[in-house]
Amino acid sequence: MTTPALEVRQLRVVRRHQEILASLDFGVDTGQLVGLLGPSGSGKTTLMRALLGVQTITSGHALVLGERVGSPGLRRRVGYMAQASAIYLDLRVRENLEYFAGVLGVGRDRVEHVLDVVDLRRHSEHLVSSLSGGERSRVSLAVALLGSPEVLILDEPTVGLDPVLRQDLWRTFVELTAQGTTLLVSSHVMDEAQRCERLLLLREGRLLFDDTPGELLERTKRERYDDAFVTLINEAS
Amino acid sequence: MSLRRTLLTMGRIVRQLRHDPRTIALLLVVPSALMGLLAWSLVNRPGNFDSLGPRLLGVFPLTMMFLVTSVTTLRERSQGTLERLLTLPLAKAEFILGYAGAFAAVALVQSALVSTLSYTWFGLAHQGVPWRISLVALSAGLLGTAFGLALSALATTEFQAVQFMPAFILPQLLLCGLMVPLDQLPTALRYVADVLPMTAAVHAITPALSTSYYVAQFAIMFAYIGVALAVGSTTLRRRTR
Repeated sequence: MTTPALEVRQLRVVRRHQEILASLDFGVDTGQLVGLLGPSGSGKTTLMRALLGVQTITSGHALVLGERVGSPGLRRRVGYMAQASAIYLDLRVRENLEYFAGVLGVGRDRVEHVLDVVDLRRHSEHLVSSLSGGERSRVSLAVALLGSPEVLILDEPTVGLDPVLRQDLWRTFVELTAQGTTLLVSSHVMDEAQRCERLLLLREGRLLFDDTPGELLERTKRERYDDAFVTLINEAS
Repeated sequence: MSLRRTLLTMGRIVRQLRHDPRTIALLLVVPSALMGLLAWSLVNRPGNFDSLGPRLLGVFPLTMMFLVTSVTTLRERSQGTLERLLTLPLAKAEFILGYAGAFAAVALVQSALVSTLSYTWFGLAHQGVPWRISLVALSAGLLGTAFGLALSALATTEFQAVQFMPAFILPQLLLCGLMVPLDQLPTALRYVADVLPMTAAVHAITPALSTSYYVAQFAIMFAYIGVALAVGSTTLRRRTR
């Protein structure tokens, strides 16, 4: 049996006397493209940060690639893109990528490769501060891709992107899974749900749904993901 | 810890500064202009500049590196780059020493310019030893950087970070011997003043009779640098509650 890419058992996170995640249980197999959906404040970012090891876990446990989250060995194997762009505004795009590549110990060929993946080659010599919000989040995604991570955790990577680019990025995500990368992607755009093999729906720190997008439509008897999502949320409350 | 990643971080910080020529200009021009202004204002009081001027050479790097570091590291915290770096294979020490190295280098350039101008154009006649002035600038710059790193954890906005400057720097400026000679301070204040980092920076440059006196001043400064860097590193948490 192969080790699952993500394994979450009775994960609970309490922050400032408030329960953010309540006893989550799920596993994700290698190479899956999993969408993490949920209304704002449902705990999506906290779950992602917990999987990354930057959020203290109150009880339960979470393993990434069979290792305890936050263990030093995972730092090269997991790529993360936060909601904040987390890049240096006062550096050129290429300078940002070269610095993070250096920290990861990967070569310049990776810098060139990710520039093409996120389609930023013509902006590579521009200062990040001169880029638009969508372009900045592509730089951030490029940094997450630099180390060819086995697991990619992306917090709302398509925010502020136009539909064409959004489609390109989802195509990239699918390509990455074909190469064996496991992706956990959060989004609040429900249409993006159909591109995932599997959906995790969070509400108030609990898993409301964990199945395929098709099953979501079937169970709620809706045709659009937006409606299905609202139906599910309303049923639960 | 890897020297390569430390140098890489240092280079990245210097590169960020390079894209901000206005900050570089302010870092280099302001202390020089202040020194010139001081020389000019004391032109009718012969000898005064010779005793006051050199002491300021220790005050500038401490103040300016404190300010620059607290704002830049706060920015690393608020824009998420610090969190990203801590999820990557970068050791905290590499991050901290990268900052210390980059801003110590800036402090050296700054002090080289200010002291050269002071001893030539502004007519400073004081038996300054160039290597000691550089060493003071370096240690004072490191002091500022170390305290800036540590105190930036207490600020949540850049506005607050800037307010730490008067809170941290001005009391030291009042007590470091520039305004009132140390031996004329009330006893309690004298004890405090004797162990303040800026007092050490100021006195490490003032002519004294014994070498052991200088050694003590540098020892005080480096003790502070060590403690502040250690405190600073505890504020870089990989994991938050």
